[in-house]
Amino acid sequence: MKDAPLLSLRDLSISYRGPSGRLPTVRSVDLDVRPGEIVALVGESGSGKSTIAHAVTGLLPPGARVDGGAITFGGLDLARLPERAFRQVRGARIGFVPQDPGVALNPVQRIGAQVAEALVVHGLAGRRTARGEAVALLDRAGLPDPAVRARQYPHELSGGMRQRVLIAMAIAARPDLIVADEPTSALDPTVQKVILDHFTRLAAESGTAVLLITHDLGVAADRAHRTAVMARGELAETGPTARVLTDPRAPATRDLLAATLVPDSPPKPPPASGGAPLLVAEGLVKEFRLGKAPVRAVDEVGFEIRRGETLALVGESGSGKSTTARLVLRLSEPQAGRIVLDGEDVTRHRGERLRLLRRRVQLIHQNPASSFDPRLSVLDVVTEPLRAFGIGDRAARAERARELLEQVALPASALRRRPAELSGGQNQRVAIARALAVSPELIVCDEPVSALDVSVRARVLDLLAALQEETGVAYLFITHDLAVVKRIAHRVAVMRTGRIVETGTAQAVFDDPRHEHTRALLAAIPGARLDRTPDPTHR
Amino acid sequence: MRLYVLHRMGQAAVVLWAAYTVSFLILVLLPGDAIAALTGAGGAAASVSPERLAELRREYGVDKPVLVQYGTHLADAVRGDFGASFATGRPVGSLIAEALPQTLTLTLTALALALVLGAGVALAATYGSRPWLRQLLLSLPPLVGSVPAFWVGLMLIQFLSFRFRIFPAFGDDGWRGLVLPALTLAVPTAAIVAQVLARSLTTALAEPYVRTARAKGAGPVRVHLRHALRNASLPALTVAGLLVGGLLANSVLVETVFSRNGLGRVIVAAVTAQDVPVVQGVVVLSAAVFVVVNLIVDLLSPLVDPRIVLTGTGGRT
Amino acid sequence: MTTSLLRRPGLALSVLVVALVVLAACLPGLLAPADPLRGVPEQRFQPPSASHWFGTDELGRDLYARVVHGAALSLKATLVAVAVAFVAGGAIGGVAGFAGGRIDGVLMRAVDVLLSIPALFLSLALVTALGRGTLNVAVAVGAASVAAFSRVMRAEVLRVRQAAYVDAARVCGVRWGGVLFRHVLPNARGPVIALATLDLGTAVLAVASLGFLGYGAPPPAPEWGTLISGGRDYLANAWWLSTLPGLVVVATVLSLNRIARALDGERLHR
Repeated sequence: MKDAPLLSLRDLSISYRGPSGRLPTVRSVDLDVRPGEIVALVGESGSGKSTIAHAVTGLLPPGARVDGGAITFGGLDLARLPERAFRQVRGARIGFVPQDPGVALNPVQRIGAQVAEALVVHGLAGRRTARGEAVALLDRAGLPDPAVRARQYPHELSGGMRQRVLIAMAIAARPDLIVADEPTSALDPTVQKVILDHFTRLAAESGTAVLLITHDLGVAADRAHRTAVMARGELAETGPTARVLTDPRAPATRDLLAATLVPDSPPKPPPASGGAPLLVAEGLVKEFRLGKAPVRAVDEVGFEIRRGETLALVGESGSGKSTTARLVLRLSEPQAGRIVLDGEDVTRHRGERLRLLRRRVQLIHQNPASSFDPRLSVLDVVTEPLRAFGIGDRAARAERARELLEQVALPASALRRRPAELSGGQNQRVAIARALAVSPELIVCDEPVSALDVSVRARVLDLLAALQEETGVAYLFITHDLAVVKRIAHRVAVMRTGRIVETGTAQAVFDDPRHEHTRALLAAIPGARLDRTPDPTHR
Repeated sequence: MRLYVLHRMGQAAVVLWAAYTVSFLILVLLPGDAIAALTGAGGAAASVSPERLAELRREYGVDKPVLVQYGTHLADAVRGDFGASFATGRPVGSLIAEALPQTLTLTLTALALALVLGAGVALAATYGSRPWLRQLLLSLPPLVGSVPAFWVGLMLIQFLSFRFRIFPAFGDDGWRGLVLPALTLAVPTAAIVAQVLARSLTTALAEPYVRTARAKGAGPVRVHLRHALRNASLPALTVAGLLVGGLLANSVLVETVFSRNGLGRVIVAAVTAQDVPVVQGVVVLSAAVFVVVNLIVDLLSPLVDPRIVLTGTGGRT
Repeated sequence: MTTSLLRRPGLALSVLVVALVVLAACLPGLLAPADPLRGVPEQRFQPPSASHWFGTDELGRDLYARVVHGAALSLKATLVAVAVAFVAGGAIGGVAGFAGGRIDGVLMRAVDVLLSIPALFLSLALVTALGRGTLNVAVAVGAASVAAFSRVMRAEVLRVRQAAYVDAARVCGVRWGGVLFRHVLPNARGPVIALATLDLGTAVLAVASLGFLGYGAPPPAPEWGTLISGGRDYLANAWWLSTLPGLVVVATVLSLNRIARALDGERLHR
């Protein structure tokens, strides 16, 4: 690999216009991508990695500005290329795969026309021929029935299919470089794996270089020849993927690695509890009406949770796991089935009896910020359950709030702030403090870390585990992420299309999965080859 | 599709019946003696003897119990008979039919003008990157929305008719007489079109699919017209019913300002004379226009946005 | 508050204009000592000057005094109109949003029917039934915007009711009333107040329109719509008669809308 670099960033600095002056987002970054090479640019949100992707494709939003440095590509300095000239490069010599296929396609235009446009704007096909070529491109991108799909609209395709359409557009003009900005992070893990496999194989076949932007070190480990890690706008470290992963030199890399690696030691076992389980769910059914036909979101679901243990309810989007959580919380009424808490059937509790149930079962939301009344301070948020149950006077409640904040490792000064002023991780700690306020026996955690950055994610999970040890609370942990499960769960229930397909201890489910869906989920965890280099025969 | 149209026709009939009932309730049940007013003297009905008044009441059927009146009138209305004007004795249907062409010419001209003006301002405001021009154009619609339509007409007359003598101030003959009234009527409507379209264009241009299109190498004109405009036109289409209603309502004021004949003049005269059947006829007609426009919009919207599916039960998903 | 006003001169000016209009309505003599009803025949059709800021009309009455004294009538009508719309629309929308189900369905169908009739036509029908006069016009204008108001109120209640923090409050064990008074109503208040302010502007326009058509206060009483209409016959030789009262209406409505936007914006920024 001694070729001259295809793309090279030298001392690149980019800033955004902020409310008070310019905010530097990217600071003197140097990076090379050689022909045919896959380079992963890894970092947390706000690290500047997406800004680099936009600068390379000339799609910086208004308000962003290249302050210094150069982006050299095929003899051109992209940082100073006028917009009109950039249009000859964009799409023709640099392809772009955007994130979130759900919104990246024009909803009112047929798939075929959108793919054809990538050829037509560069004069690579006429109006007539473009249609056929679009179908061929969709076929290359691995879309089944490409001729049929070309006549459909984006909303008629699944997320994975739409991502393949976006890939077809990116490869249309046979570019030398494709910039892929988190191309699969909005997809379910099993779909993510298939698409990334296909995408990297296409790139290898045509000798196209790829700049792969991702927050997931696991994805980088599986795909990239070289990996560059970004933190706070600066390049923390860069090198061959194998070296970066096995011998990380920058603290930022080590943080990312620690958060991504599945821990060797499973969570501490729950205290042996004799007697009846804390919560039993039996034969829960919830149907929704979609148009005429009722859809069973939850279909005969049953499980047990013992005191002090964590049961993970795992499934991809639409599997019914969140609906199950709402049923357990009694925020939604099941059509059939029973929920028994500590030997007492609570399925039909209403009014005051239902309210008293809230002292024993609490909730942590996926998006903590939206679960806080925007008018309230952190103190008001944390003490809300105490107020509701008339526990203590004002001073006692404030004292308890300080205690709770200390438990979740937040400074007491945060009490006077508003949730909007805190970061996502801090907000999730506030939500945990609120859930703990009335010392519940069970907390339902609905995807509590999926909106957080990976490094923050690990810390919040560790906090939840520590709190469990301290207070003996049980968790019903809803998640789509098996890496998270391994870190925290004692037992696992795998859901698919409203049904539980497999239940067992975490150990058993990971080591000896029975159901094929469980096996597919396990195989799709990125970073399985974290300690190996990408297979050179791949190229 | 046919099922959908049938269902929507049914809904439309219900809305019209309800609009008829509302106007009946307002006009018949509220205080105010139409027959006394009709005889010209209002409260002091000295010129007409009580016997004559009672006779008139019988003639117009307002002496019967309210429910009976409602029943007979509704049955007549279903057959298209809205009764006779209290003031002139002529059938309401023909009164309206006579005035309608004038008003239609005016409102349709104004609608076309408003669409062109409004879309022009919205496109110009969202295209290109001159912030001052954008600010200026975007501040126009709220400004126009704060100006009384009839006052705009008076100002146009003052400047273009009296000061510069470009267009005639009054009367309704020829296209020259149509220019000022149509412009007056178009301006507030254009403001709404511009506001709605500019807002949805701005939203559309910030959508990720616009970035995808640009990443393909598409130029600004292509992005604006092919991608953003079509996505942005649906919100503009959905306010069409509102726009047409507004045009009809404002035509009352504009016809008064420019002394044009038309539906507006008919209703103003009818309100002044408390001529209940005529007022009711015009109100029901305006509701019918609204219902028809909305039905057309709903039938058109799947063509604009393929995600909208018309279902047999009349819903849109 | 004052510093933020100074930083936004447009908003400051709007507040000033509305304050002047309110002052004119409460204490007209303070702003315009001249008698709005007494004409001086020798001073007919005087153009605006230092002694007659807005000129004089066909009977030699001071137009400025008439506009200032007219503020009381116009403002009263506007407030009554908005109060009618606010109370009736708020009640209908609030009940529909909270109750949901069949009640919501019936109320919203009724609202749809009212919305199918253009507001001005609905007002005209009500004026036909009620008769002329400032108060009747006000009620007619208010009733015509009940439907739009209840729509917004219902949407607002639904938006807040479905917010995740309302669910969260229920999970925290907060009672029904607590959820309503501590979370739902305070969060719905801002937009509704902004809407009411916006509706004030619309109502000023609607009241002026009906006045212009001749259904407002009977003559000599000065009302803004009537004043504009009165100048109509003299457009060719006395431009100020329609222009200046019209400008006052425009300034008032613009200011009200600017304030409404500020109220709405503050909610969005929070």
